[in-house]
Amino acid sequence: MISLTINGKAAEVDADPNTPLLWVLRDHLHLTGTKYGCGMAQCGACTVHLDGQAIRSCVTPVSAVSGKQVTTIEGLAEQALGKTVQQAWQEVDVPQCGYCQSGQIMAATALLQQNPKPDDAQITAAMEGNLCRCGTYNRIRAAIHKAAELQGEAK
Amino acid sequence: MKILAEHNPNRRNFLKGSAALVGGLVIGFYLPVKGGRAFAADAAPAQVFPPNAFIRIAADDTITVVVNKSEMGQGVYTSLPMLIAEELEADWSKIRVESAPVGAVYNHTGFGMQITGGSSSVSSSWEQLRRVGASARVLLVRAAAQEWGVPESACRAENGQVIHVASGKSLSYGKLADAAGKLPLPENVTLKDAKDFKLIGQPVKRIDTPEKVNGSAQFGLDVYLPGMLTVLIARSPVFGGKVKSFNADEARKVPGVQGVYQVPTGIAVAANGFWPAKTAREMLKIEWDEGAGAALSTPKMRADYLEMAKKPGAVARKDGDPAGALKKVHKSVSAEYEVPYLAHAMMEPLNVVVDLKPDHCGIWTGTQAQTMDHASAAKVAGLKPEQVEIHTTYLGGGFGRRANPMSDFVIEAVQTAKVIGKPIKVVWTREDDMRGGYYRPMWADRIEAGIGKDGKPIAWQHTIVGQSIVTGTPFEGFLVKDGIDQTSIEGAATIPYAIPNLQVDIHSPKNQVPVQWWRSVGHSHTAFIVETMMDELAHMAGQDPVQYRLALLEKAPRHAGVLKLAAEKAGWGKKLPAGHAFGVAVHESFHSYVAEVAEVSLEDGKVRVHKVTCAVDCGMVVNPDGVRQQVESAVVYGLSAALQGAITLENGRVVQSNFHDYTALRLSRMPQVEVHIVQSDAPPTGIGEPGTPPIAPAVANAVFALTGKRLRRMPFDTETLA
Repeated sequence: MISLTINGKAAEVDADPNTPLLWVLRDHLHLTGTKYGCGMAQCGACTVHLDGQAIRSCVTPVSAVSGKQVTTIEGLAEQALGKTVQQAWQEVDVPQCGYCQSGQIMAATALLQQNPKPDDAQITAAMEGNLCRCGTYNRIRAAIHKAAELQGEAK
Repeated sequence: MKILAEHNPNRRNFLKGSAALVGGLVIGFYLPVKGGRAFAADAAPAQVFPPNAFIRIAADDTITVVVNKSEMGQGVYTSLPMLIAEELEADWSKIRVESAPVGAVYNHTGFGMQITGGSSSVSSSWEQLRRVGASARVLLVRAAAQEWGVPESACRAENGQVIHVASGKSLSYGKLADAAGKLPLPENVTLKDAKDFKLIGQPVKRIDTPEKVNGSAQFGLDVYLPGMLTVLIARSPVFGGKVKSFNADEARKVPGVQGVYQVPTGIAVAANGFWPAKTAREMLKIEWDEGAGAALSTPKMRADYLEMAKKPGAVARKDGDPAGALKKVHKSVSAEYEVPYLAHAMMEPLNVVVDLKPDHCGIWTGTQAQTMDHASAAKVAGLKPEQVEIHTTYLGGGFGRRANPMSDFVIEAVQTAKVIGKPIKVVWTREDDMRGGYYRPMWADRIEAGIGKDGKPIAWQHTIVGQSIVTGTPFEGFLVKDGIDQTSIEGAATIPYAIPNLQVDIHSPKNQVPVQWWRSVGHSHTAFIVETMMDELAHMAGQDPVQYRLALLEKAPRHAGVLKLAAEKAGWGKKLPAGHAFGVAVHESFHSYVAEVAEVSLEDGKVRVHKVTCAVDCGMVVNPDGVRQQVESAVVYGLSAALQGAITLENGRVVQSNFHDYTALRLSRMPQVEVHIVQSDAPPTGIGEPGTPPIAPAVANAVFALTGKRLRRMPFDTETLA
């Protein structure tokens, strides 16, 4: 059994230690908001936070996250910043098919955590690894600026 | 640890039950639309899921709209309820959405089957769903008038209530729903004048956004049934190949593996989850009988196609005497064009959940083509149509791939479920999806064209070479006319410019690579070729590309309208920064007209698109923000393909496998996209696809303006520029 902390709650899973965190979240815990897109850290759909840092859960063995804090899209609203990013995403009406958006939001939140007011170049650098085949990129950029603005007002 | 509730396989039954419990108004219509194409009507199952309804109004005022189109990002869960809400005078905040089960009542009004495609969701529902809303409103007003003992004319409906005008008393729809549900449907209803629309034409936020930002939106891959196994299938590395022999001894030893089975499409590994299934699949030893497909390699195919393009094919359109005219032109040009196979590469790879029992088959998947999938599943399962249920989840992108005329992914899943005998989820890895075929065909084209002394084109000879996407499918009878697949020539044979001597002809070679529609179908290649050649003729004539086109579009006012608007908004003709240039293209597809002006430069020898200014005429607009979203999306999808997209073959094997070698546009290369909408009183037309065709030629034409080099091959990143 592997002990995990997901969204602040303890969980025990019976899985091969090499199993990527993505599949533990999905197949074992049915936390399906974290998506499978490529399985090789090419698309960012599986992005979650590990101790606040954005990681690709599809290439992170579950054994590597034991004892650390994992946050998924399902737990994001429990953080003020995460909630603000989700609100910005709604105000800009970013998603189309929506499949990549959990990963986009997790990546954006991690960026804003480290850099509360990123400029366009910093947003590009942080979000380059997150693919969107519906092409919502400009709205993603706008929503990140919006979230920075909302977060600034809240302070 | 809170475990999310498992997907309830009886959800549909629950909803049926709840509708009965709360009583209320349930309305369903089948409105055959005059003049609509009704292909494959025989495949439509009998009404299997009573009550077939588009709306349910519950006692708590909630209005559930049952949407018969699949939500794949294009916004139908918002735009279609808007049509109902407008005529219903509903309170928009009370609208909920549910995906429709399979039933004839939910058929596409033009296509005679339940399907989402052809950029036709709004246009095909425009009259039907407004009638649904208006009929419900009439019944609610009637119920209120009866309750109060007043004439209906003394009452009006507004924002989810019926109001008695004189007394000011009101009843909410929820309170009236039960009584209204007992009244007979009105025979005729009057629809609003466009000037009276309150909701249609207003920017409305998407209904599905909240659940798409908190992770709760359910896609096919998110469905988990009790006792379900995850299945990965090892398919032939060559199209058309078959298993000769296999050894699964090592695969079976992987912990979590529940079985390895031979199925019609390959070898299936069933396990407790994706990871053990994938680990075990890698340990299979399979010998394949590869068949003739193993001979396919892209360079050879390209050479063959270009050779074929040198001779005219089956004639799709002929005006005047192009061969004769070409001998008399003032100046002429001939050019060869090549575009590759393209994968749809939706973010969510294909997947299907099947729960097959002796007397019932439940299927959960993101499909665009319920009727065909339903009929195919029933046939494979050996069940009656009414014993098969399809639950349409959200689609993590569709772009045409999920409307497969052969129902490939659904048939395979049901075949596999029959063999395994347990509830299963067939998951396609990204590599499976990328190499699974059903691509946009590769094409080679040749055009010879000439202009007169006044610069106007007088001869145009266009030969197209590429596989038919509909031959051998249920659509063949409707889309192949006189041996010509109409989807292969759309946008080429329908060239809008005044050219007196013109021929468009086609060769449709066959091979083992499965091909299919892809966002904007034939237009995705023909617009590139037609619009870059028009640009070439304008330059040959020494004329401005916008003015040159306008002079040839006198009989095509909507083309001209968007072309002028895009040029004006982009500032066509203005001085651009050094090293920047504009290119323009205009194209009609799915009855909508789009012009795009691209501003480009070169960065490290690669095309950099800074801004795309779009003008669209798609008739009356239901949700302007939805239109803008779709055009933004269509531009990116087309630009990804134009710059980077290519599926190639070596010895029958697809070379690309994942997003590292089938690359797609990322944020750093994303241009600004500005969308201008032409005000129109015409009925609504398509918007999901029409933004895609003009982008490749607009960019290629800008590159010519910048460098003097003509781009005639996609993707542009493989060309040497700078």
